[in-house]
Amino acid sequence: MRVAEHLNRALHSVLEKDPSVHVLGEDISDPYGGAFKITKGLSDRFGPRVMSTPLSEGGIVGVGAGLALAGDRAIVEIMFGDFATLAFDQLVNFAAKSTTMYGRQVDVPLIVRLPTGGRRGYGPTHSQSLQKHFIGVPGLSVYEMSPFHDAEHLFTEIFGSGRPAVFFEDKVLYTKPMLSGGDGLHTFEMRDGWAVIRTEEDTEDVLLAPGGLTDRALIALRDLLLEDEIACTLLVPARLHPLDVTPVADVLAAAKRVHVAEDGTAGGTWGAEVARLLHARLWGRLTAPITHISAPDSIIPTAAHLEARCTVQAADIRRDIQRAISR
Amino acid sequence: MIGAVRERTLTPVSEADLSRMLRIRHFEKALLRLFEQGRLNGTTHTCLGQEHVPVAVSGLLKPHDHVFSNHRGHGHFLARYDEPHALLAEITGREGALCNGVGGSQHIYHERFLSTGVQGESLPVAVGVALKHKRTGDGIACAYIGDGTWGEGSVYEALNMAQVWGAPLLVVVEHNRIAQSTPTTAQMAGTIAGRCAGFGVLHHRVESVDVNVVRSSLEPLLRRIREEKRPAVFEVSVHRAGPHSKGDDTRTATELAEAAAGNWYAHYLRDFPAQVAAAEEIERAFIDAAVENVLARPLSEWS
Repeated sequence: MRVAEHLNRALHSVLEKDPSVHVLGEDISDPYGGAFKITKGLSDRFGPRVMSTPLSEGGIVGVGAGLALAGDRAIVEIMFGDFATLAFDQLVNFAAKSTTMYGRQVDVPLIVRLPTGGRRGYGPTHSQSLQKHFIGVPGLSVYEMSPFHDAEHLFTEIFGSGRPAVFFEDKVLYTKPMLSGGDGLHTFEMRDGWAVIRTEEDTEDVLLAPGGLTDRALIALRDLLLEDEIACTLLVPARLHPLDVTPVADVLAAAKRVHVAEDGTAGGTWGAEVARLLHARLWGRLTAPITHISAPDSIIPTAAHLEARCTVQAADIRRDIQRAISR
Repeated sequence: MIGAVRERTLTPVSEADLSRMLRIRHFEKALLRLFEQGRLNGTTHTCLGQEHVPVAVSGLLKPHDHVFSNHRGHGHFLARYDEPHALLAEITGREGALCNGVGGSQHIYHERFLSTGVQGESLPVAVGVALKHKRTGDGIACAYIGDGTWGEGSVYEALNMAQVWGAPLLVVVEHNRIAQSTPTTAQMAGTIAGRCAGFGVLHHRVESVDVNVVRSSLEPLLRRIREEKRPAVFEVSVHRAGPHSKGDDTRTATELAEAAAGNWYAHYLRDFPAQVAAAEEIERAFIDAAVENVLARPLSEWS
């Protein structure tokens, strides 16, 4: 099953199981079913609990927060994650802050889904990966869909936490199959919110990457193994922030080199925050500085040959890991 | 003909309404005094001159209605919940505070009252809450905003959604003609009525400072909100008698005199001098005692 269909089934399931769940977004109703068809069939089946909205990103995130405060649960789809900037105030100053700024824990069960990333030729304002702008906001969780994680489980986990979350979904990932078990070379193991992808235990190289990068990370891992004879473990967390590395502490403790890859542009990134966290934890054990792989400090061009230069490719991941090893 | 006698312009006021308006007034005056004495942290925005609006509105709200308030929200709170000690404890960070002193003057969440400090931010949230009320009963969401708030895009997103989706939302606009220091004429094109008309949203404007008139003007509008499940904007012309926050008033002497003479307090003092004086003495003493009581409490704790 492809990731898009998996997400669609997850939404069907949470709406079916929990009558308090509402889904809002632009053009999400049937027969259109959303720009990426993730909400297909929802409005036909669940009627007024699924609402197509005006083009008002800030407004609909606010409405979602209002439903959440009034005892409902809300999932808001922003058609392109780039437009999350229009909802920044509602997310940062209202939904996230409301969980603590009233002097007690206030639950705000709100998920804002953000189709994200480039490699589809949509150009500078429809291709970005804005995760870094949401890292370190008190009260806000940052999640990213992966082909390993069960989306319904993640939605349930977020609602249960009482904290609002932004939920990034890579747009190319939509077209890829869900993964489980292994790929013949690597085994895929799930542990408390992390996917652990490896050929053997205790590899010297460990790569951390969000779910949207898994297609390229898996190609890099395969090439490193088959062509360079380098075994590297891939760790994919579903929750990017706050990041809890405890479930994979043993994998990290065995590493000599750690690499972090992400789709965001260079500068003030999620990967830098991961490196900060791991430096303190792994200091003295690593034999090289943590490798950071990201998109360059650039807008994302539209033409395919230019876009490829400004988005992380499998070859970039492989090359940067090779370089770190040969230092 | 006895030339000295002037006719009353106000309708008789109930003891309860007058007392509450004066209680809010003395609460705000006490805050400004505490600031002058250096005994308050941060900032505050008093509603001096506008106290009659929330008192008029609150008289029509039901216990299950939600109220959303803004930076100038002490009157909104005290008109809805007669808990000045808890509000003062919140503003001064003392034991018994509404939100343990974390939210302070502008960020209060108590029962069905919620305020936030960002202009216009609460309106879309209020639409969400109103939609819940629409599904579950005859409750409404009531959101107070000022004329300055109409510069924010969120206001229009919210009005549009509320009208399209039939959300029972009452937007009370306290139009005090000034946004912090900028006259409304210098920051608003057209009128609030015209903007509402653009969305097909019901709008009613009241010029009176008479609490009874304000309330009776709102009553039919509120009935339509509840029964027809639709939003409406209720605009009340008011005077901001005090500064934006504290000591930051740049209005001319003439403008200040106009605000002082035009606000509800001046009118009530003129029309009902004995009733106001008697009630005022009680409320002043009550608030003075509340200040003494709250400031003697231990600091609030937050875990």
